[in-house]
Amino acid sequence: MDTTTTYLGLNLKNPIVASASPISHTLDGIRRLEDGGAAAFVMYSLFEEQIIHESRQLDHYLTYGTDSFAEALSYFPEMETYNTGPEEYLELIRKAKETVEIPVIASLNGVSSGGWTRYARLMQEAGADALELNIYYIPTDPHLTGAQVEQMYVDVVREVRHSVSIPLAVKIGPYFSSTANMALRLSEAGADGLVLFNRFYQPDLDLEMLEVVPSLQLSTSYEMRLPLHWVAILYGRISVDLAITTGVHTHMDVLKAMMAGANVAMMTSELLQNGVVRIREILAEIEAWMDEYEYVSVAQMRGSMSQRNVAEPAAFERANYMKTLHSFRSDPTGMFRG
Amino acid sequence: MKRSQICTDANEAAAYVAYKTNEVIAIYPITPSSPMGEWADAWATAGEKNLWGTVPLVQEMQSEGGAAGAIHGSLQAGALSTTFTASQGLLLMIPNMFKIAGELTSTVFHISARTVATHALSIFGDHSDAMAIRMTGWAMLFSNSVQEAMDFALIAQAATLKSRVPFLHAFDGFRTSHEVNKIEVLTEDDMRALIDEDAVWAHRLRALSPDRPVIRGTAQNPDVFFQARETINPFYAAVPGMVQGVMDQFAAQTGRAYHLFDYVGAPDAERVVVLMGSGCETADETVNYLVEKGERVGLVKVRLYRPFDCAAFLKALPPTVRGVVVLDRTKEPGAAGEPLYQDVVTAFSERDPQTTPRILTGRYGLSSKEFTPAMVKAVLDELTKETPKNHFTVGIHDDVSHTSLDYDPSFGVEPPDVARAVFWGLGSDGTVSANKNSIKIIGEETDNFAQGYFVYDSKKSGSLTVSHLRYGPRPIKSAYLVNQANFVAVHQFGFVGRYPVLEPAIEGATFLLNSPYGPEEVWENLPRSVQEQIIGKKLRFYVIDAYGIAKSVGLGVRINTIMQTCFFALNGVIPREEAIEKIKDSIKKTYGRRGEAVVQQNFAVVDKALESLHEVKVPAEPGDRCAPEVKSPVPADVTEAAKYVIEGIIAWRGDEVPVSALPVDGTFPTGTAAWEKRNIAQEVPVWEPDICIQCGKCSLVCPHAVIRAKVVEPALLENAPEGFKSASAKWRELPDQRYVLQVSVEDCTGCAVCVEVCPAKDKSNVGRKALNMAQQLPLRAQGAKEWDFFLNLPDAPKTTERINYNTIKNVQLLIPLFEFSGACAGCGETPYLGLMSRLFGDRALIANATGCSSIYGGNLPTTPWTKNREGRGPAWSNSLFEDNAEFGMGMRLALTQQETTARRLVDLLRDRIGAELADALLSADMSSPEGIAAQRARVARLKAALQGSEDTPAKLLLSLADTLVRKSVWIVGGDGWAYDIGYGGLDHVLASGHNVNLLVLDTEVYSNTGGQASKSTGRGAVAKFAAGGKPRPKKDLGRMAITYGNVYVAQVAMGASDTQTVRAFVEAEAYDGPSLIIAYSHCIAHGIDMRRGMNQQKLAVDSGYWPLYRYNPALAAEGKNPFQLDSKPPTLPLKDYIYTENRYRMLMQSDPRAAQALLELAQADVEEKWRIYQQLAAA
Repeated sequence: MDTTTTYLGLNLKNPIVASASPISHTLDGIRRLEDGGAAAFVMYSLFEEQIIHESRQLDHYLTYGTDSFAEALSYFPEMETYNTGPEEYLELIRKAKETVEIPVIASLNGVSSGGWTRYARLMQEAGADALELNIYYIPTDPHLTGAQVEQMYVDVVREVRHSVSIPLAVKIGPYFSSTANMALRLSEAGADGLVLFNRFYQPDLDLEMLEVVPSLQLSTSYEMRLPLHWVAILYGRISVDLAITTGVHTHMDVLKAMMAGANVAMMTSELLQNGVVRIREILAEIEAWMDEYEYVSVAQMRGSMSQRNVAEPAAFERANYMKTLHSFRSDPTGMFRG
Repeated sequence: MKRSQICTDANEAAAYVAYKTNEVIAIYPITPSSPMGEWADAWATAGEKNLWGTVPLVQEMQSEGGAAGAIHGSLQAGALSTTFTASQGLLLMIPNMFKIAGELTSTVFHISARTVATHALSIFGDHSDAMAIRMTGWAMLFSNSVQEAMDFALIAQAATLKSRVPFLHAFDGFRTSHEVNKIEVLTEDDMRALIDEDAVWAHRLRALSPDRPVIRGTAQNPDVFFQARETINPFYAAVPGMVQGVMDQFAAQTGRAYHLFDYVGAPDAERVVVLMGSGCETADETVNYLVEKGERVGLVKVRLYRPFDCAAFLKALPPTVRGVVVLDRTKEPGAAGEPLYQDVVTAFSERDPQTTPRILTGRYGLSSKEFTPAMVKAVLDELTKETPKNHFTVGIHDDVSHTSLDYDPSFGVEPPDVARAVFWGLGSDGTVSANKNSIKIIGEETDNFAQGYFVYDSKKSGSLTVSHLRYGPRPIKSAYLVNQANFVAVHQFGFVGRYPVLEPAIEGATFLLNSPYGPEEVWENLPRSVQEQIIGKKLRFYVIDAYGIAKSVGLGVRINTIMQTCFFALNGVIPREEAIEKIKDSIKKTYGRRGEAVVQQNFAVVDKALESLHEVKVPAEPGDRCAPEVKSPVPADVTEAAKYVIEGIIAWRGDEVPVSALPVDGTFPTGTAAWEKRNIAQEVPVWEPDICIQCGKCSLVCPHAVIRAKVVEPALLENAPEGFKSASAKWRELPDQRYVLQVSVEDCTGCAVCVEVCPAKDKSNVGRKALNMAQQLPLRAQGAKEWDFFLNLPDAPKTTERINYNTIKNVQLLIPLFEFSGACAGCGETPYLGLMSRLFGDRALIANATGCSSIYGGNLPTTPWTKNREGRGPAWSNSLFEDNAEFGMGMRLALTQQETTARRLVDLLRDRIGAELADALLSADMSSPEGIAAQRARVARLKAALQGSEDTPAKLLLSLADTLVRKSVWIVGGDGWAYDIGYGGLDHVLASGHNVNLLVLDTEVYSNTGGQASKSTGRGAVAKFAAGGKPRPKKDLGRMAITYGNVYVAQVAMGASDTQTVRAFVEAEAYDGPSLIIAYSHCIAHGIDMRRGMNQQKLAVDSGYWPLYRYNPALAAEGKNPFQLDSKPPTLPLKDYIYTENRYRMLMQSDPRAAQALLELAQADVEEKWRIYQQLAAA
């Protein structure tokens, strides 16, 4: 049975990729991912904004109150290094490349045009096999048009494409007026793959303290529906690799991702909740399922249930919406039973 | 050999050699020597090696006494060992110094000589500390400059190894220790060439070793002690020769020649001045100038003061000398003369009294008092008078004993090719750091020599700094402030007219002003007196809106780079383009390690600065339009002397205050901080009565007591200034009254702690609270009016059965008797002092350990301790750092003893004062404010009854009557005192059973000296002296005290539970025995957002790091468990607390692996501590 797949030109032994998470913060975590069976992993995201913030924050606290009072001209010893820049991240890439054999996909979230290209280059130089641009942007300015936002995405991808030669994936959110068109434009701008979708931070309100509070919920399988839907639509229409990154928890989720047309299924919540050991379990279940249903390879099933290949393409379209509400139509393979 | 040339200060220069030539270094912080220890610790943490290829072992001790003891031990065990100290610290080393010298042990102690506290503490420089050790048997070598501090550190080290006599290497505190100057750095080869390895070997051979056992440090009897003491004479006799030998060797190695006594001046001089320390540099410069003018004068620089080589001294003088004037930088009251003078007199008298020239002596420069060429000239001129003054002073105006010499302040000797600049700035605006940077650029990047010296006021918030820079083609010796500047920069517009900023400017000087007004508008916004100065001195006047530029790139109030760029653009020392490049290089060097973002931010303002620098067209005459002159803040109705002194100091004219205006014993009135009205806040809180719930939290946490509350009759507000706010009071006990919450906008520091703790939010707009920050300037005039009106409203009566002052809501109505201190904005200590003063201030005696609280509490010009309407308030004193618990207990002993006598006399005079009054006085219940008030009334009646009595018992009782009213003794200090240097005394006081209250303001570092680790520092925190993160856990002082069983102990954190804090204070004071309150005090040295200090306290408690508890022995008497755990089990992992603070976070950034390991241990500490406390609570 052949469970191999390709993603961003990388040959992967199976379709499970560990997506950006705290697990990849340490070399030990990365090692565990490889040992656990992940075919590749996306490192945690390097946030340019965070680097700037940390640098300024450090400077502020080292400077605050200094040279003001004769007895205490400073309040902290000066250290040799503070690792405020991307060095720690780059070092981890280097070490990961020395330590594990699975591909290392670096992840970058920039804020400035210079930052995107600079850090991308540094990641390539550090040895990353591929780069995922995590374009996490919430346009809150009412004067900013959709077209402007879309152009910004395209510009970022184009600029980074010009500055690095390693494969490039773009992780986007689902909130575009025309997701398919956006996918096409990103592909044309140089993206080798699309990662669907970013889950945007949605804060909660604390009614006791009357404060906005951060709230990070792990995903559920249900949430895979949205990326699954879009992968199924995009498969075969745009020449990019596709990855599903939200709500992948079970072997069934992975199989659905493949059949919809994804090259890989990315997992985080499941690994955080139940451990890296889940990858092996899921792989075994995939193989058992493929065996039972007589699939010989992942390639065989890939895209088999994309919009292009299903009997009723309209099932993926809005026209079908009312119908869906009225009758939960059972599908022949049981694939869409959540 | 080419040696590098750098700009540095004497502390670093001396520490560098000490580090390279020693193996064990014991350190303890004390100003101004702390940086030497900090350097040693930082170098050891970075793995820097000494001459022998090992990293010296640097150990912080609990006191200077401890450091000296540790060094003594280390020397006895054979290691090359050293320490650094000053002032009281050196005094604590004296017993060991006698021993070390008595045992002929080679070592060097490096000291930045500092004033020993007498009528007042002073952190500044003179020789009173060095002179206090001159009979210990140590050789004493004085450096006069930064270069010499490095050179003599090595010469002393080489000489002590050769001679076996220990050396004190001294240089002047601040003037030399903190002066930045260009020096040539000694290489390791230089050091190797001087250090005699055979002598090192011999030192080791003398060490104690079980392989060749001996005993040393025996006890001796009258039979042999004396003779044994005389055995050392040959060693001392050999020292001068050996030192000169080392100096000669040093000269051969480096080209810099020194002698035991260096003579400068005319070979045929008739008048010679003799002195030591930095004053020699000024005298050197002056004498050379006078010789050039044809005067026959000279100078003897005393290098080796002990052993004093009379012959070498006399030989140094030209034979033509007819008059010698000896200057001492110390005062020895009652002596026949100060020490150096006496040595000089002895030298002459032992030669041939017939040939002795006229010898005069005088004191100069105490506590870093300026010593200028004008004074040197006055001193030399005195020798020409027929009836000169002897035992004179110079540099002050002594209108009491008339000791002072007159001098011409306009006399100067500086050559025109030396550029001289003065910069007036705020601590927070980065002026000093910019200037330190500029010196490095000029001194290290050009052929110029450069010098910088920095003066600070004594405030920790809104502090004023004055930077004095010189540069020129020759080494700069001028060890005095720039008083003839050709460049003056004022970095704060508000300083113009308030301080004498243009006084140092010479004719034609450049004047750069950071101004919100452009070149067209600035003129009419200057006071007329300033306009006149600019015109009169023909100044070239430039303005720049530095704050505008800084704000545009997110640099906040840091205008250092902007002003530095302007300085270089105007001074022309380096071509403009090149200067810009060098500034940028220096930005990279300074900020590079902190990240690219900060570098870029600073780069951005360099270019903008040049575009925004404008010359102002100065009119020929002052205009009709000008800003009003700045008025004195000191009210007219205070005593003339107090007004004169305090006003003078506030206006930066303290040097002009004559002797007669000062108190003879260091006693000052309280309540003076209210005079200053510093207006330092950019923003102040504004009260919204409609949202306020009147909880009082803001008033309690305000570090500067600028938010006050009152509840008053509505009728009293009828004449309130327009806009005065009030709300219906929410007190059941006080119906139909108005609640007023007033902010003193002129005293506020703008810390916003009040806004952060305010729990009341607008229901329709949760971003708006009952307090919100707003720009201060538009509110200033109205705010001042409102504050005056508010102060005149009646205070809440402290003695009322209607209100119980044990809740926060009610405590806010009590008047704080601690206000407007110079503490940091957002200080975590002062709210506790404010609370204590509200509750007990009217009957409190305070013993204050040296540290932050003694500085913001007692540093001139003003004090925050104040009085209530009846004239009662805390009486305060600071003894020392190490003895505060004992000092406070002494106060209690005195009170107890006097009360005992008073009670006996009341009984004795029962018939005269009436039995009823006598009984009432003797049986008074003073456990409540009402009881105290009743007793005060009885004491008043007692005094009235005895008034006019002439008999001894009655007069005695009158003098003691006030002790019949219960007093509250508070012993206050920081963790450096309580955990470290004062712990022995604190422990003894706790064990004594006496009724004192010890309040530990626990910031977990030595905050006042810049954040050195104490035994209170948390595991994993980075602090000075713990640059690699503190490896061991915090000492549990509270639990140690609990073991006594009869000590009231509370651990509090106001930000976590203000209610528990108030309870603890009330219970501690009520407990008739020793009480210890350990109060979490967030601090600037934690690297936190000071606005959120109270929240940090909460995080500390929620994480279990700082459990709240009270141990009340009184409960045990009732059969209850005396231990009450007041906080809940930890709800946060420790990391969620500590990594919100830079002190912990910076270890994570610099050494993540160590940080992780220490975090795990620290988390385990928390869990273990919690388990123990739970057990105590369950018992």
